[in-house]
Amino acid sequence: MNNTFVIFKKEAGSYFNSAVAYFNIIAFLSVSAWLFFWLGFFFERGQAEMTYFFSLMPWLFLFFIPAMTMRLWAEEKKMGTVEMLMTLPIRSYEVVLGKFLACFLILVLMVVLSFPLPLSLGYLGNPDNGQIFTSYLGLILVGAAYIAIGLCASTFTSDQVIAFVVGIIVSFTMLVIGFVPQLRDFGLAYHFNSITRGVVDSRDLIYYFSVIGFFLYLSVLSVESKRWR
Amino acid sequence: MIEVNNLTKRYGATLAVDNVSFSADSGEIVGFIGPNGAGKSTTMRILTCYLPADEGSATVGGFDVFSESIEVRKKIGYLPESTPLYTDMGVIDYLKFVGQIQGLSGQKVKSRVSAMVDICGLEKMVHKDVGELSKGYRQRVGLAQALIHDPPVLILDEPTSGLDPYQIIEIRNLIKEFGREKTIIFSTHILSQVAITCDRVLIISNGKLVANGTPDELQQRTQDNQYLEVTLEGEQSEIETQFDQSEFIHNFQLTQNVESSALAYEITSEKGHKTSDEIARLAYQNQWAVVSIQPKAVNLEEVFLRLTESETQLEGAHS
Repeated sequence: MNNTFVIFKKEAGSYFNSAVAYFNIIAFLSVSAWLFFWLGFFFERGQAEMTYFFSLMPWLFLFFIPAMTMRLWAEEKKMGTVEMLMTLPIRSYEVVLGKFLACFLILVLMVVLSFPLPLSLGYLGNPDNGQIFTSYLGLILVGAAYIAIGLCASTFTSDQVIAFVVGIIVSFTMLVIGFVPQLRDFGLAYHFNSITRGVVDSRDLIYYFSVIGFFLYLSVLSVESKRWR
Repeated sequence: MIEVNNLTKRYGATLAVDNVSFSADSGEIVGFIGPNGAGKSTTMRILTCYLPADEGSATVGGFDVFSESIEVRKKIGYLPESTPLYTDMGVIDYLKFVGQIQGLSGQKVKSRVSAMVDICGLEKMVHKDVGELSKGYRQRVGLAQALIHDPPVLILDEPTSGLDPYQIIEIRNLIKEFGREKTIIFSTHILSQVAITCDRVLIISNGKLVANGTPDELQQRTQDNQYLEVTLEGEQSEIETQFDQSEFIHNFQLTQNVESSALAYEITSEKGHKTSDEIARLAYQNQWAVVSIQPKAVNLEEVFLRLTESETQLEGAHS
């Protein structure tokens, strides 16, 4: 666990050392505010609720999160630092987990810093706070699933652009797959909508944890596969 | 400390490492030389648990590189080829990072980092990012991170490539110093370095180990012939006819016309033969003036060329 924390610190540090973290957070907040007030027809509709806003967020994350995760492994491979990293006495899952958590920290910051939106809502009207809270939880879960997917995509290539595109495609597929009636339960969107209604069902939580776990496990396998005989 | 048995590694159809076996004890500096693509890096990557071998086994400090990888990695300090480092990290942060993963405690990390800064001469660079450093300093950071946990085994892949002669000497001295108590394997292209630094030389060519011995042993091994540099004054055609007729001279080559009358030859003859006496006798008989006769030392470079050449020729004959 100590190793995971060391990797987490290093990765988070490198996000904040470069402009990536700030750029991501600021761009996300600007775009989401724009979506909230203008595209969401907030003033025209005259209702103190955020359902429409939240339904758009997974689509916004579709670009922001792969942009953040694409470098996680691809850059290491390109720079050759992966050779250094993998010959240190650290287990692959510790590296994967540390990298995941560093991105997760930025995701949480992104989401938490958008808090002025519901606050202004509370000032203007009387929104359903419970629903807003669960929606935020849903947002973090969707984002975490995207991070796991993007991280996994990044383990397969040394090209960040490919990691980005593959991350988007797989995340998109996971998001919309539930629109096929037979595959409803496999879609990120379906479970997200269920949470944004204000009820946190254990099935939804289990679903998200499984998706995150699955892609993180796949990442560990992908990283480890170089060492297989 | 290091045991390698029948190691084989293939990349698709090409054999990168072909049935290589050797061992290295502690306190031994082993130089790994061979042409580019000979399998030096691949062997090192197998030893450092970065790549798996297809066949054979390797142990470091008694631990198997395949099944006890984490234990092996704790015992090794590794500097990969071309020194990949996180360029966005500060020098100190970088060393701390590696020290922490190597399992050093908080206090120990601090003391080791400052020791490394001292040993590797990084005092002026402590406030810089790795990306800002020159090639020479990067190499030192690479060496510092490999040494941070004071490992019993050091594996350095071309630690001196791209450095200027002063830096090369510095790195070489560091290697010699650490080599007293550690096992060091390092690869290089610069053969003179090997002769000075190493206790033992492994020459690898086309994935095969073609020589394994001390620098002196290797030099003697290929000295089936002896080489003389002879400078004579006399009629060129007469000298060459006499050389041709002589039984003990295998081969001769005019290397330069020193002056109009003095001729310098490089003569190859059988080992153990008193060739210089014979030449003196010839000179006396034919009334040539002997300017100089001296034995030519074979350096490691020629040993290397001969060993790796014969290998390539052999390959050529197969195909």
